[in-house]
Amino acid sequence: MTDNALTYCPGCGHGTAHNITMEVLEELGIGDETIGVAPVGCSVFAYDFMNVDMTQAPHGRAPAVATGISRTWPDKYVFTYQGDGDLAAIGTAETIHACNRGENIVIIFVNNGIYGMTGGQMAPTTLEGMRTSTSPYGREIESMGSPIKMSELVAQLPGTYFVTRQSVHTHKNVRKAKKAIKKAFENTRLRKGLSFIEIVSNCNSGWKMTPNESNEWMEENMFPMFPLGDIKVNGKLKQAS
Amino acid sequence: MAKVKGAIVVNTEVCKGCEVCIPVCNENAIGMSQNVNRKGYHYAYMSNPEACNGCTNCAIVCPDRAITVYRVKVPTDSHQIQSHG
Repeated sequence: MTDNALTYCPGCGHGTAHNITMEVLEELGIGDETIGVAPVGCSVFAYDFMNVDMTQAPHGRAPAVATGISRTWPDKYVFTYQGDGDLAAIGTAETIHACNRGENIVIIFVNNGIYGMTGGQMAPTTLEGMRTSTSPYGREIESMGSPIKMSELVAQLPGTYFVTRQSVHTHKNVRKAKKAIKKAFENTRLRKGLSFIEIVSNCNSGWKMTPNESNEWMEENMFPMFPLGDIKVNGKLKQAS
Repeated sequence: MAKVKGAIVVNTEVCKGCEVCIPVCNENAIGMSQNVNRKGYHYAYMSNPEACNGCTNCAIVCPDRAITVYRVKVPTDSHQIQSHG
């Protein structure tokens, strides 16, 4: 991490997710050989804070840019760091096709169920009945559809090698998430294919709560919809629980 | 088994007062200060210094890397100091 003070809102899970990603790169000693791709969204600030080579991609196109980088420099470790509006809405095509091709990259997907940066609009992962600035009466399944479970979706594709869903709101979950990220970068080293790590996070500003309230709300409401745990390990789907 | 005593040092200018560190502290050693930092946030401080056992849970969950934890083993003669931050 650089010495810049994080500009995220107080209590935002992005800071913790940044920290564990950079700690993993440091522990593996691959910081100099890593290239990160930050797309648009709150996660765009990643290049200010992550002390590795970073580039920025247009909205949703980070997996496509990462594909190009990893094919140009096959020896480098390439990761993207994306939010849910970016990965699940605007970049769905790029994400699904990169996963289907099984590019040798790591995708870190921070899912907070809302467009955080632009003022709390509804995202594809917004829960049913959740109030956002573009669904002021709560999300209706009839007219707006159901929340997309991206991890389950990409786990069906043959190109993904490791798909997991973690969170970073307590120390136990942070340790598990760190272990998952480490495994993902080790898969890249072994050229196994694409690793997809979903981190369920809070957006206390977007949800209009205090950080601790938002973490409790996340445990009560997000986790039943987005259950934590490994979904695909070593290219094999885990039995649905 | 040697008892471990800990102490946390909060970088008060970096702390944003999100209070995420408070529920993860099993010993209730952390509280929020009445004072504010330059940005206007109430920062975390060690309200109960005797209770801290240096588990580093607060440093792990801190999104802003504001907390450094120092640990010392009490009964041994040669005090061994480890840090995590």
